[in-house]
Amino acid sequence: MRNRTVTMPPQPAVQEDPSAGGRNSRREFIRRFTGGLFVAGVAGSMAGCDVLFGLPGGGADGDVVDLGSGDIGVLNYAYALEQLEAAFYSRVANNFYPGATDEEKRVLTDLRDHEVIHRDFLKAALGSQAIPALQVDFSQINFGSRNSVLGTARVFEDLGVSAYNGAGKLLMDPGYLLLAGKIVSVEARHASAIRDLIRPNSTYFAGDDVVDENGLDVARNPKDVLAMADPFIVTRVSAANLPTS
Amino acid sequence: MTNDRPISDAIDPELTAELTSHGDALTKVGIGLAAASIPVALGVLSRDAFGQAIPQQIRDVLNFALTLEYLEAEYYQKGLAASGLIPAQTRPIFQQISKHEDAHVALLKSVLGASAVAKPTFDFTSKGTFAPFTDYPTFLALSQGFEDTGVRAYKGQAAKLMENDAILTTALQIHSVEARHAAQVRRLRGPGNAMPDAWITLNQTNVPALQPVYNGEENVVQGGVDLTTISPLSREIITEAFDEPLTMEQVLAIAGLFLA
Repeated sequence: MRNRTVTMPPQPAVQEDPSAGGRNSRREFIRRFTGGLFVAGVAGSMAGCDVLFGLPGGGADGDVVDLGSGDIGVLNYAYALEQLEAAFYSRVANNFYPGATDEEKRVLTDLRDHEVIHRDFLKAALGSQAIPALQVDFSQINFGSRNSVLGTARVFEDLGVSAYNGAGKLLMDPGYLLLAGKIVSVEARHASAIRDLIRPNSTYFAGDDVVDENGLDVARNPKDVLAMADPFIVTRVSAANLPTS
Repeated sequence: MTNDRPISDAIDPELTAELTSHGDALTKVGIGLAAASIPVALGVLSRDAFGQAIPQQIRDVLNFALTLEYLEAEYYQKGLAASGLIPAQTRPIFQQISKHEDAHVALLKSVLGASAVAKPTFDFTSKGTFAPFTDYPTFLALSQGFEDTGVRAYKGQAAKLMENDAILTTALQIHSVEARHAAQVRRLRGPGNAMPDAWITLNQTNVPALQPVYNGEENVVQGGVDLTTISPLSREIITEAFDEPLTMEQVLAIAGLFLA
């Protein structure tokens, strides 16, 4: 058993709105991965293209962040999702909704810590090939509402599980596949715990809405996952160069 | 629209009847179509449609998985059949888990066809060490051990399935269901039983006989990165964020504790 303090101090800042300092490096990144194809203006004309997500014009400068290709692209895809989750739980744990029980606080604090570790790990593993910090938009979430927070957590965790399940086949390196496997089962544990908080002692932890008649969880391809994450991410992201099989 | 409305209603189509056309399409692609088509794809493979058997390495992995699923399926069937064992309040949880394990057995058998291994004879008392079908805390403890083992077992075999995308994805889809089960059972055991978390801290267990299920979970080096050097968070929390694989041999040694 590890010792716990339910009201842990906030973690080192997770930037919900990264400073403009990343602009140059982001441009450089885009040039490196796309030969400079995605520049401001060009990107704007591609709004609505199915490989893009993010709110039109919402980015700091209209640039598009390209996830990249091959295994690096898939890892950046995971890094994008972990950034989203880490930012969400950091907001949640920074100021819990009124009436949050100790149990709920403990679970949500653990989830914040795990997602921050996933994010920081992927960033370190990707090194210079990591995409920049994404700008998120949580304006649809009512952080003062238990239903809104737990409902969003449920969506994010189930989405993460389905994303990793669908991304496994895209990876070429068995080492990366193993790393994805090490993370996805923790995401599934999170999904289960959040669902148990929402509907205790029910079948919801592995409900028929996510586990089919063959006993299989959901797997989604990046395009579908990014479309579902779209309302929460301001930065325009391109999955155009991700592998498809 | 009130802000109190769960965001899930807005973007997660399966929970709401008010499907937008966009959301409806996502549902079909993300769940309905994908889930329905994979067993079909596997069925084609198993019927040897192109005169080519499933490669031996993949068949071995699937039979290994089937053996574990046999164990889990029989365990929950017996637990649910034992009168007075599972309290009414938690019975739906184990009915759900049992349903999934039965489905995993059926799916793997359908893929393997004639090459499926037979179900072993199990001894869930482990030669008299445990009484899982008369003592609910013991039933929970072994359930947790089996589910956590399942998670680690599938994880350890994934790389061997890489040459077949459909089978790899199916294995991953089972893997995350096992993790959902494990988390739920772990939460049922706590708090108050010194193991209240849905995730694995270091290599901790409060069932000494099941220590092999947790050995190695204390790892903090991922992809060559020692996470204690890049994260200010504790070693305990770092280990919770990653589940570790077990080799086939390690898993069979654990399963062997429960073979007659």
